[in-house]
Amino acid sequence: MMEAYEKAGGRPDVLQAQRVASAVISANEVLAVSEVEGVTIEAEEQEHGVRARITVAPGKKIEHPVHLCFGMTAEEGLQEIDSEFEIGEGAEVGFLAHCTFPNAVQLKHVMDAKIHVGPGATMRYSEAHYHGPEGGIEVLPTTRAVVDEGGRLETEFNLTKGRVGRMAIDFEADLAGCAVAELVAKAYGSGDDDIRVEEAVRLNGEGARGLTKTRVAVRDQARSEIYTTAEGNAPGAVGHMDCTEIVRGRAEARNVPIVVVRDDQARVTHEAAIGSVGKQELETLMARGLTEEEAVDVIIRGMLRG
Amino acid sequence: MGDALLKVENLCVQRPGAEVLRNVDLKVERAEVHALLGLNGSGKTSLALALMGAEGYKPREGRILFDGEEITDLSVTERARLGLTLAWQSPAGFEGLPVADYLALGMEEPTRERIEDALEAVALSPRAYLGRAVNSGLSGGERKRIELAAVYAMRPKLAILDEPDSGIDVLSIEDIVSLIHHMADEGTSVLLITHRDEMTRVAERASLMCAGSVITTGTPDEVREYFAQRCRPHGNLLGSQPWGEEAGGTYQRVVEEGVCDE
Repeated sequence: MMEAYEKAGGRPDVLQAQRVASAVISANEVLAVSEVEGVTIEAEEQEHGVRARITVAPGKKIEHPVHLCFGMTAEEGLQEIDSEFEIGEGAEVGFLAHCTFPNAVQLKHVMDAKIHVGPGATMRYSEAHYHGPEGGIEVLPTTRAVVDEGGRLETEFNLTKGRVGRMAIDFEADLAGCAVAELVAKAYGSGDDDIRVEEAVRLNGEGARGLTKTRVAVRDQARSEIYTTAEGNAPGAVGHMDCTEIVRGRAEARNVPIVVVRDDQARVTHEAAIGSVGKQELETLMARGLTEEEAVDVIIRGMLRG
Repeated sequence: MGDALLKVENLCVQRPGAEVLRNVDLKVERAEVHALLGLNGSGKTSLALALMGAEGYKPREGRILFDGEEITDLSVTERARLGLTLAWQSPAGFEGLPVADYLALGMEEPTRERIEDALEAVALSPRAYLGRAVNSGLSGGERKRIELAAVYAMRPKLAILDEPDSGIDVLSIEDIVSLIHHMADEGTSVLLITHRDEMTRVAERASLMCAGSVITTGTPDEVREYFAQRCRPHGNLLGSQPWGEEAGGTYQRVVEEGVCDE
């Protein structure tokens, strides 16, 4: 499992560090749980997965990110993770999650997460996936987040190494006054990978701000569909959706932004760029001696890193 | 003059709706800084793109010889690998690509020292810029300098610099002039497209373009003199649309005949 964790970008040595809270879950087994002051992790094994509740005490600023490792080394099977994140008022915490399925041939990973960011609290959540070279996996993460007054939620989902398989992200966030949410999703699909991202940010409180940023590259016969919704429901609410998709070969990409404004002092904008790599970007790199394929790769890797 | 590094013969390029290059002849010698002058729309950037082999600028007629080899039908990559490169007038942005990686792309053997040296050559602090991305977070002037640093880092045989001074503050023009001197000292020829007199000082020779053709070549002073004495009517007419009968058909003659002496 640790080898698989490393393939997703994780560092096994960090999981053993005493000052770092962590949880390691393989299939439906809880292999390890480590807590630090202010962070409580309850994990309970279920028939096909694990139910976990992570609580950060009010006012606690957690120095090191909490490390989470989910995965399965089997070729087939089902993993269901029910998780709940409760970030107390004024707390500040980061999470580094690595989800790894290196041998997936016929696997299904279902994640059902509930996030509550308390008033004035900050939660940063970064999740990197590695699905191996076969693409025989379905990844279905669903998240419902509530961010209270002055709270901040930043998430980044990253699936840019190995195959994607079939992935459907479903993320909704409700924001109170002056709350902030930034949702970033990055994926690189090839073969017959199927990427679907549905994100909705509801800016319900005065001065709430939301950003969705999606970066997807697809090649071969891969498909990508990005549906983002931003609702400006209160005075001073500001939302922005930013989507870039690069298409190569016979791949297909789609972006459907939905803008809803219910207050005349709210503002929601969107920008999308879908298609091939820009001609001048390409030729600039070729003028440094790169082949067209090398130039495209540099541009895509940069976009997914940015 | 010896065996020219770049030799352009009777180059004609047709773009949709216009012939942007007409019978262009041009020579750039080894380790020479050669200024390419001309009014807006005279064909300087088109010539730069055609020399680099950019899409849409394939010659209808004529040929390009570089370092003794015909490159007219070569790709951008192949030309770059022979030692020809271009710094675009408005450089492209690259989201998420760190400056250090960008500079390393064109180097045969990239080292930290050489990357820092390239940034210092355009008066940018390596500490402040190495980790930044080559994207919209940079100002136009910063992006321009990084483009010049990338070209310098590549150590090409010929660098085409398309208005390296545009978007750069006046006080920094000396930095660009100094870089061009530095490149020439290290054996790189420079084809310098510019509108600024102070930039042409760095050039040994200059060519003047008008309506898609090179109409004269000489020292920068000779070319400036030619322009001042013989090109004024064309200059006056530019911008005075529509071209009416009162213009006496001068502009049309310039376009059709490729000369602008009146």
